Amino acid sequence: MVSTSDQRSLATTVLVEEQVQFSLFELTEACRADSDQLVALVNEGALTPIGDGPQRWRFAGVTLQRARTALRLTHDLELNAPGAALVLDLLDQIDALRAQLRRVGGD
Amino acid sequence: MDFKDYYAALGVEANATQEEIKRAYRKLARKYHPDVSKEPDAEARFKDVAEAYEALNDAEKRAAYDDVGKRHKQGEAFSPPPGWDSGFEFSGRGGDGTGGTAGFDHSDFFESLFGRQAAGSRGRSAQRAQSPVTGQDHHAKVSIDLLDSYRGGQRSISMRVPQQDASGRMAMQERQLDVNIPKGIRDGQHLRLSGQGEPGHSGGPAGDLYLEISIAPHPPFRVDGRDVYLDLPVAPWEAALGASVTVPTPDGDVQLSVPAGSTAGRKLRLKGKGLPSTPPGDLYAVLQLALPPADTEAALAGYREMEKAFTGFQPRRILET
Repeated sequence: MVSTSDQRSLATTVLVEEQVQFSLFELTEACRADSDQLVALVNEGALTPIGDGPQRWRFAGVTLQRARTALRLTHDLELNAPGAALVLDLLDQIDALRAQLRRVGGD
Repeated sequence: MDFKDYYAALGVEANATQEEIKRAYRKLARKYHPDVSKEPDAEARFKDVAEAYEALNDAEKRAAYDDVGKRHKQGEAFSPPPGWDSGFEFSGRGGDGTGGTAGFDHSDFFESLFGRQAAGSRGRSAQRAQSPVTGQDHHAKVSIDLLDSYRGGQRSISMRVPQQDASGRMAMQERQLDVNIPKGIRDGQHLRLSGQGEPGHSGGPAGDLYLEISIAPHPPFRVDGRDVYLDLPVAPWEAALGASVTVPTPDGDVQLSVPAGSTAGRKLRLKGKGLPSTPPGDLYAVLQLALPPADTEAALAGYREMEKAFTGFQPRRILET
């Protein structure tokens, strides 16, 4: 956490992926989404909060990127939650394959 | 401003049915969506397609567009006749702005036809009565240099963000911001700047600003998560006999010892010389064989010596089945 007050618009900055946990409400705000959409993605197993029940869910910082990708796909490709979850899984597989390709020098 | 042919953008005829327009959009959206596409100009292509669909999928907007379109061609200079839209009220899907990629970033042409309100945010006008309301969170993408991640520290960043003007309309505006870049930040990570999003309403707090970081390409380095890769050219004798060579890293030059008997493609790891982190990433030098040119008598003689010394060498053995 960095805070400096004597600089032009230098705001308190945190690295989301390493320093932030979201509640369902916070993630809804950060994604500018409806909580129903995020609950549907959790029910598909596409987002994996810890904690029992939506009121107590905590999402890791990395969820922000994943949720936003899912919401963009839902909106732009007119997908439902199971469709968006499937695309996320396939994108994960492609990323893993690309990383493997780089390790064997095929990049 | 140029007239945009939205039918051409979707590859359909001007008399296409709504079903045909939807099918054409979905097919192109899957091809160019920046989250799934590796096409080089995917993002720009997708925005064109999404904007065309937004205009043509809505019956009211399509009617208004067709009316203007009767008098214009693609690329022709265009300015809307005064008061042309007085008969239209755009009540359709336009203003939702929820989560889509194209979001705020409509073309001037689109905005002049359908207004910025239609292109803008869903807003919170319904709730904006008396009680304090927190401003919305905003998102922006910013590109930083690889060295910014290695060193961290304060950077001045300029970005385009949607902001409300005096009349309450949303528009994209340039904004300068000083940001503390944490050392070792990686491509695709996000920074959250408290209170730098949309201002609150009726005394509510401002929203936050999320910056998605992308690390600009920085030849000769390639970044993969915390690790950094570099192609390192070596002479055949350096690879064969071993050598100590100077390798550039984003953090300055280091000495690397190339083991005798190395071949092309061998990865030599410089532990901890990747992006700073706990633990730090590694830097990999990937050996490439550089052949010296045979452009002098001495060089030709050298190659002839090699030819004599390696009579049994079969460079194409790998092709034999």
